[in-house]
Amino acid sequence: MPVILAEYAGQNVAFWIIALTMAAAAIGVVTMKNIVHAALALVVVLAGVAAQYVLLQAEFLGIVQVLIYIGAVIVLFLFGIMLTRAPMRKSAEYDNDQRVLAGLVAVLIFGVLAYLLADEFGFSGPEADKLHLTTPTQTTAIADSIFRTYVVAFEAVSLLLLAALIGAIVLARRD
Amino acid sequence: MPVTQFVLLSAFLFCTGVYGVLARRNGVLVLMSIELMLNAVNINLVAFSARLNDAAGQVFALFVIAIAAAEVGVGLAIVLLIYRNRVGVNLDEIDLMKG
Repeated sequence: MPVILAEYAGQNVAFWIIALTMAAAAIGVVTMKNIVHAALALVVVLAGVAAQYVLLQAEFLGIVQVLIYIGAVIVLFLFGIMLTRAPMRKSAEYDNDQRVLAGLVAVLIFGVLAYLLADEFGFSGPEADKLHLTTPTQTTAIADSIFRTYVVAFEAVSLLLLAALIGAIVLARRD
Repeated sequence: MPVTQFVLLSAFLFCTGVYGVLARRNGVLVLMSIELMLNAVNINLVAFSARLNDAAGQVFALFVIAIAAAEVGVGLAIVLLIYRNRVGVNLDEIDLMKG
């Protein structure tokens, strides 16, 4: 374990800085009283996810994350906030009255998940825990995998995107 | 680098999303919490892709990203429709199908 930590010291420090920022921003997304601030906190979380992809040497996914999530999904959310005329100031009416219960459920799920994951990967020896970060994943390998092994799933996803596009237009159209 | 810290971060993000879905009553904020959960799953997929040295995990993460984008589009269209037909987007006031 100390060998691994020394081997990836820089990545570890970067991981914890990004992870703590992401955790704080994620809590902000679900607790903030201002809906626009919640959307902007979501930007921080999504950028953090992209940074974690880069740390995991998945550069292509990092770029895709920035393009699709920060570029498109957040803009969609901001349009949704504006079109539903949510109050752009602090408002107490975004939370319902089951916050304590919801917090209890979330803490319980996290406790069980964290125990199981640490039990499976953390304490069963460094070999089961080790990441092999030797060479970055080549984008050609991803492309090969998509268009060879998962080509049927790819076609299904493209059909789903078309259906979602038509569905969104039909739903939101004013007639 | 240990894979445990990535799965723990992902578990934390997922639980934050669960809390958001349960405790928020604005439709747009619930959709944001669902995005948190989907991103948590993606971190897991990419971490195990690096762990197993296999690009398949990243391919699945790409599929999840595409489906999440479609989901947000349709979800926001539904929220917009609810806003237009009823007065607000507070989910606990939508009880048309309550017996």
